[in-house]
Amino acid sequence: MTGSGYDLVVVGGGLIGAAIAWGASRAGASVALLDEGDVAHRASRGNFGLIWLQGKGVGKPAYMHWSLRAGRLWKNLAEELGAATGLDIGWRPAGGLHFCFSEAELEKRRDILARTHADGGEISMQFLDRTALRDLVPGIGPDVAGASFSPEDSHVSPLYLLRALQRALQDGGGSYRPGTTVTDIRPEASGFAVATPAGPVRGRRIVLAAGLGSARLAPQLGLSMPVEPERGQIVVTERVRPCFPYAANCLRQTAEGSFLFGSSHEEVGFDEGTQVATAADLCATALRVLPGLDSAGVVRFWGSLRVMTPDGLPIYEESSRYPGAFAATCHSGVTLASVHAFDIGPAVAAGTLPAAVASFGSGRFDVQAD
Amino acid sequence: MFRRIEPSAPEGGPALTFEGREIVFYPGDSLAAALLAAGIGALRQSPVDASPRAPYCMMGVCFECLVEIDGRQNQQACLTPAHDGMVVRRQIGARQLP
Ligand SMILES: Cc1cc2nc3c(=O)[nH]c(=O)nc-3n(C[C@H](O)[C@H](O)[C@H](O)COP(=O)(O)OP(=O)(O)OC[C@H]3O[C@@H](n4cnc5c(N)ncnc54)[C@H](O)[C@@H]3O)c2cc1C
Ligand code: FES
Repeated sequence: MTGSGYDLVVVGGGLIGAAIAWGASRAGASVALLDEGDVAHRASRGNFGLIWLQGKGVGKPAYMHWSLRAGRLWKNLAEELGAATGLDIGWRPAGGLHFCFSEAELEKRRDILARTHADGGEISMQFLDRTALRDLVPGIGPDVAGASFSPEDSHVSPLYLLRALQRALQDGGGSYRPGTTVTDIRPEASGFAVATPAGPVRGRRIVLAAGLGSARLAPQLGLSMPVEPERGQIVVTERVRPCFPYAANCLRQTAEGSFLFGSSHEEVGFDEGTQVATAADLCATALRVLPGLDSAGVVRFWGSLRVMTPDGLPIYEESSRYPGAFAATCHSGVTLASVHAFDIGPAVAAGTLPAAVASFGSGRFDVQAD
Repeated sequence: MFRRIEPSAPEGGPALTFEGREIVFYPGDSLAAALLAAGIGALRQSPVDASPRAPYCMMGVCFECLVEIDGRQNQQACLTPAHDGMVVRRQIGARQLP
């Protein structure tokens, strides 16, 4: 910490803030990471844990390339976090399956791959008919027509990932402060003053990564974060012996053995509740894929809110009014954790953004006058 | 480790077996309470690191008390009333789906 405070203050200790904070600290910056607590909406604690690349950013090449880069850097992230913290974050690079129940659905997957390649996206993806798929997943149900498979998809425990980022930050000398609600942010002559119940925290530069909480704070920095909630519900089974190592579009088995079935997409405002009807749908789809799961006991069921921008793409921007103030959000914070740590963190600590994210400013939402 | 407030369950009353050992209990005991009162702590082996685990919350939320009851795996001993003649074994690792 210098006389004027930290090099970088990160507001919001979810996956995005924690990855940026650790990345900045790893690059030599002094960092404080401030997080509100359980009263906040926290997607990082309720998500599905996929690092999912197949079909991501189709028709949006900048996002596609950003995601593919994230996928390739995930191995480094998992290895480095493991070595730094000794924690097993449950990363399973077994590849990902998108299950299809009809020929038409398989055709759609082929189209997605063609469009990915047309935009220069180098992703390896195969199409498996029922017979080929049965070699990979013997217990597949009779309704499954086939699947697209990408060896580049993977999955992880999002909670251990978050824990590892926090611990790596702290072990590297960074300050993690849970239970710290930021109420106001004030630009000062040589940086920013962040008001918290424990007094002000000062930093030369600041990143707003408060998820749904960013919408309210952004205008104080001359930034705009027009984010809205989208609910996803997830069903969790008891732990069973490992039998399905892959990531998949509707289920995955965690490193500890639980199956997760998910996730729904619902526009219900700030309601984190659950509904039996949604659970029934999620379970029905999972059982069409793996009928052998029918006797598994359900132990948990939750709803959590995604952080969605109007066009579903990330926002990374620097305030033009207050240089040194940044904001970051996206709807795939697990997938993008690697680039947040290795690219965004060091860049914002140095007062810039990587060229790869230049098109992700919120100015794209401004209405153009004719 | 645990001592009953009332006198120990009488011989000749209802009994179950845990890993082949006979355990007498009071009608109304949960399976976890009956086993703890008999001095048995380790009911299962964790699927994550194979460490021994004992009942913890006694109210159905922590899943530390999993046992196999009459051949059915992953049953919560704290939520299951003890019954005469129950055959109970440790839950070793994660459940095997049929
Ligand atoms: C059901 C579901 C499934 C998902 N599945 C996947 C998936 O498979 N793969 C994937 O890549 N992504 C997935 N996501 C998305 C992923 O979870 C999010 O992109 C990611 O968690 C966003 O991280 P975040 O740090 O922006 O948000 P959050 O986790 O919401 O973090 C924001 C943090 O800011 C803090 N905060 C808010 N206001 C303040 C304040 N005033 N002061 C201080 N701190 C504040 C909060 O405490 C919170 O911890 C899923 C999300 C959901 C809901
Ligand atoms: S002791 Fe916690 S669930 Fe049984």
